[in-house]
Amino acid sequence: MIDFDLMSRIERGLARWLKRPRLDLPLLCALLLVAATGLVVLYSASAEAPAQVLNQGLRLGLGFGVLLVFARIPPTVFRTWTPWFYVFTLVLLVAVLLFGEGRGAHRWLDLKLVRFQPSEFAKLALPMMVAWYLHDRPLQPSWRDLAACALILAVPAALIVKQPDLGTALLVGASGAFVIFLAGMSWRRILLLGGLGLAALPPWWQFVMHEYQRNRVRMFLNPEADPLGNGWNIIQSQIAVGSGGVFGKGWMGSTQARLDFLPEHTTDFIFAVFSEEFGLVGVAAIVLVYLFVIGRGLWIAANARDTYSRLLAGSLSMTFFVYVMVNGGMIAGLMPVVGVPMPLISYGGTSAVSLLAGFGILMSIHAHRLRGR
Amino acid sequence: MIGLGHGRRAVKDAGQESNLFRVRAAEGFLIIALCLAVLIGRYFWLQVLRHDEFSGRADENRVKLRPLPPSRGLIYDRNGVLLAENILDYRLELVPEQVGDVDATLARLGRVIAISADDREQFETLRKVKRRFHNIPLRYALEESEVARFALERHRFPGVEVVPYLTRYYPQGADFAHVVGYVSRIDSEDRERMEDARYSATTHIGKTGIERYYEDQLLGDVGYERVETNAEGRALRVLGRVPSKPGRHLRLSLDANLQRATVAAFAGRAGAAVAIDPRNGEVLAMVSQPAFDPNLFVNGISRQAYAGLVDGVQRPLYNRAVLGGYEPGSTIKPFIGLMGLRLGLRTPTDTVWSSGEFRLPGQQAVWRDWKKGGHGRVDLRTALAQSVNTYFYGLAVDAGIDRLEPEMRAFGFGAPTGIDLTGEPSGVVPSRSWKQQRFGKSWYPGETVIAGIGQGYWVVTPVQLAHALATLAARGEARRPHLLLSLQAGIDAPPEAVPAQVVQARVDAPDAAWDAVREGMEAVMHAPDGTARGAGVDAPYRIAGKSGTAQRARRRGNQEYNERTTPEHLRHQALFVAFAPARDPTIAVAVVVEHGSSGSKAAAPVARAILDAHLLGTQRGPAP
Repeated sequence: MIDFDLMSRIERGLARWLKRPRLDLPLLCALLLVAATGLVVLYSASAEAPAQVLNQGLRLGLGFGVLLVFARIPPTVFRTWTPWFYVFTLVLLVAVLLFGEGRGAHRWLDLKLVRFQPSEFAKLALPMMVAWYLHDRPLQPSWRDLAACALILAVPAALIVKQPDLGTALLVGASGAFVIFLAGMSWRRILLLGGLGLAALPPWWQFVMHEYQRNRVRMFLNPEADPLGNGWNIIQSQIAVGSGGVFGKGWMGSTQARLDFLPEHTTDFIFAVFSEEFGLVGVAAIVLVYLFVIGRGLWIAANARDTYSRLLAGSLSMTFFVYVMVNGGMIAGLMPVVGVPMPLISYGGTSAVSLLAGFGILMSIHAHRLRGR
Repeated sequence: MIGLGHGRRAVKDAGQESNLFRVRAAEGFLIIALCLAVLIGRYFWLQVLRHDEFSGRADENRVKLRPLPPSRGLIYDRNGVLLAENILDYRLELVPEQVGDVDATLARLGRVIAISADDREQFETLRKVKRRFHNIPLRYALEESEVARFALERHRFPGVEVVPYLTRYYPQGADFAHVVGYVSRIDSEDRERMEDARYSATTHIGKTGIERYYEDQLLGDVGYERVETNAEGRALRVLGRVPSKPGRHLRLSLDANLQRATVAAFAGRAGAAVAIDPRNGEVLAMVSQPAFDPNLFVNGISRQAYAGLVDGVQRPLYNRAVLGGYEPGSTIKPFIGLMGLRLGLRTPTDTVWSSGEFRLPGQQAVWRDWKKGGHGRVDLRTALAQSVNTYFYGLAVDAGIDRLEPEMRAFGFGAPTGIDLTGEPSGVVPSRSWKQQRFGKSWYPGETVIAGIGQGYWVVTPVQLAHALATLAARGEARRPHLLLSLQAGIDAPPEAVPAQVVQARVDAPDAAWDAVREGMEAVMHAPDGTARGAGVDAPYRIAGKSGTAQRARRRGNQEYNERTTPEHLRHQALFVAFAPARDPTIAVAVVVEHGSSGSKAAAPVARAILDAHLLGTQRGPAP
């Protein structure tokens, strides 16, 4: 009896889901496409290591699981819990500074059961918190509100910079800034603050940046100065991309990765392998898919029910762009080497899970959108 | 906070906010699309516009040319006895990159395999010029026990390897040390004379002797392997190869048995001997004593051993047979005698009175015969048999130095013989112009007198002397002395003919003149009054010989000679020249024994031993 009851409930639930899925199928398909591409490239980049591919597959599976779960949670719940989540994240970030581990930088927190990077939480917590703060205030935000947002951003960002993890700090900061941008901050203020930011660069360079970070920037400006040392990554990555040509060397055809010329060729530099094997055609195709994801995300945001959802959805979508731009730019020598992965393609990290969790929130917002408008 | 928020909500205009957001989202998307377009543009620039360049660099990355060393040609004697071969040996190599702390590793390694300070120094020198992932040889010629010991300890030394390699080996040891020479590691001096590309995989080069002279033939052609390498420079797979071409094998005219017999005949005394076949100029034996073991040099001689060879008074590294300059002394007399016949100054039967003293008209100076009271009336035969100075004093004076010089040059004196060995000096035939050039002084008539008995400014090398004698034995047909018989590209390949030894020059004289000189020289060996009859005794063949005793000529420094230098000087060089069988000669030898008592006593037995070994195939015991 009970069994029958359960079965029928599942049946009804499935029927309802199929009738009105809480998922945006085009977005989901695009994400699956990117993730599948990532696994295919990983197989080649890892020199045919099935274990590594399986590992990444499981991680992506977990990410899509989180996505499905998050898609079921109404945005109002996220909104309600936002401040607590934010505080929780801050506590973790402080904890990682005190007890963290990792090579060179303290990024990981080991809770025996799971080992993770708390900064990944911040990627969600920050835009959520800024959106929460702004959602019931009149837009465009006043100077006072901006200052408050800056504070919300600065504390965790500073903690992440301290780890040090410039790439994540950049992503986290950008996600908060996008919220403010979408909240309608006037262009005049944006330009003003942008100018101030530029003016702050020299002291930042002088007093805040680590030597290794400064070297990365120097190398970005002139990689040939030290072709066997610090410039190596940049040069070899460009050789990989450039030698790919229009159509690429074909899957499994990357010599730069296979012969170990390309460093980090499964993680931060995996897109160079992709570019070498699939050429400009492949690059353009994958970037178009990424652009579609971003556009679809913004479309969902525009149709969201409330300000919080709008701001959050918009920010998450635009942050996705930062990943693509910074990683893609780094590999092509357009940007300095910063530890930002190519979303859903780079191997490892918890970024795949946090990214897909973010898309879960987007799905939820999509499911609770305004109708008939 | 919340209260305040609620209060504000009243002023919010949902519709306007939504529109504002849409505008912002559109603006944001536009900016993003632009940025991504720039990104694609960058990829277009790399992948289309600069594709060729990067494609080339990727290949450059990937494909390296690895040179393959050719194996050096072997050297045989005329009968196929190996004089130089390549044997498998083991060396110790180290890759700094894989080792990490090189100094600590070397210290630990030193307890397993002996590494000398010399090895260490060589290693450090190479380390500076090679890249960190290259193998650097640390020690050559490992003993078998060392290889075994290292095999046990190997796990403790990552980045250190025992590598097999071909190394040069001279199975005959010291016997051919000077003539065959040796190879050794390439040094900076060698780099100036060699083509770097041909040596890209070769570590050794011929330094002396045949090994040096025929370096080009022996070396072979380097091969290449196109290998795909990873970023560490480690070869992963071979894409293609052009095999190296082994060097050519050389067959020399030397006869190993004769060579050994010659060495034995010296019985440890210093000196040199050269044996030439007068019919074709082939050098049958070439010995310089004392000698050394050329194998010491192949993989780096220790400082100590080298110092011993260089500083020794006997100078064992010095190839006396080709480089040593000596006064010919009386060995020049057959040539002077022939000159007299050729110039028509004497007939074979013309006689001269030997009183024991020779004077030039109007001069006080006296030149003596070696026999007190003189030899009496002598013709050419007796003059040669008894080595009568007076006969040749007068002949030289009658000819004059200006005619004597070209007569001697006709036999190859005063010029390199052209033998296939490097560094051969010219020697000196006394002449006005030579003296003027050398000392800025004019010629004295007295100098012509002693030139007639091979003293004064005369300098000849043993190979020159043998060559001149061979020419005499061949009745004036001068053939360039040479060591190379044939070249062979491989064991199975047919021998490549070396250009036939044509007659280089001809000294014309009637048969009677040749016979007269030959008979005089035969008398030296076989007549009761012959100076070297002791060495000719019991010979089952006829020998034509001539002894010489002279002071060793210094090739540098003040050569102002005391004309009355008495032959009793303490430091004599004993010389002997001989060819046999006298009427149909197949061998002509020149022997120098340094500090020998006299030519006939010290050098003649050596010559006899050489002739016996060649003609009878026997080896006499060491000369008394």
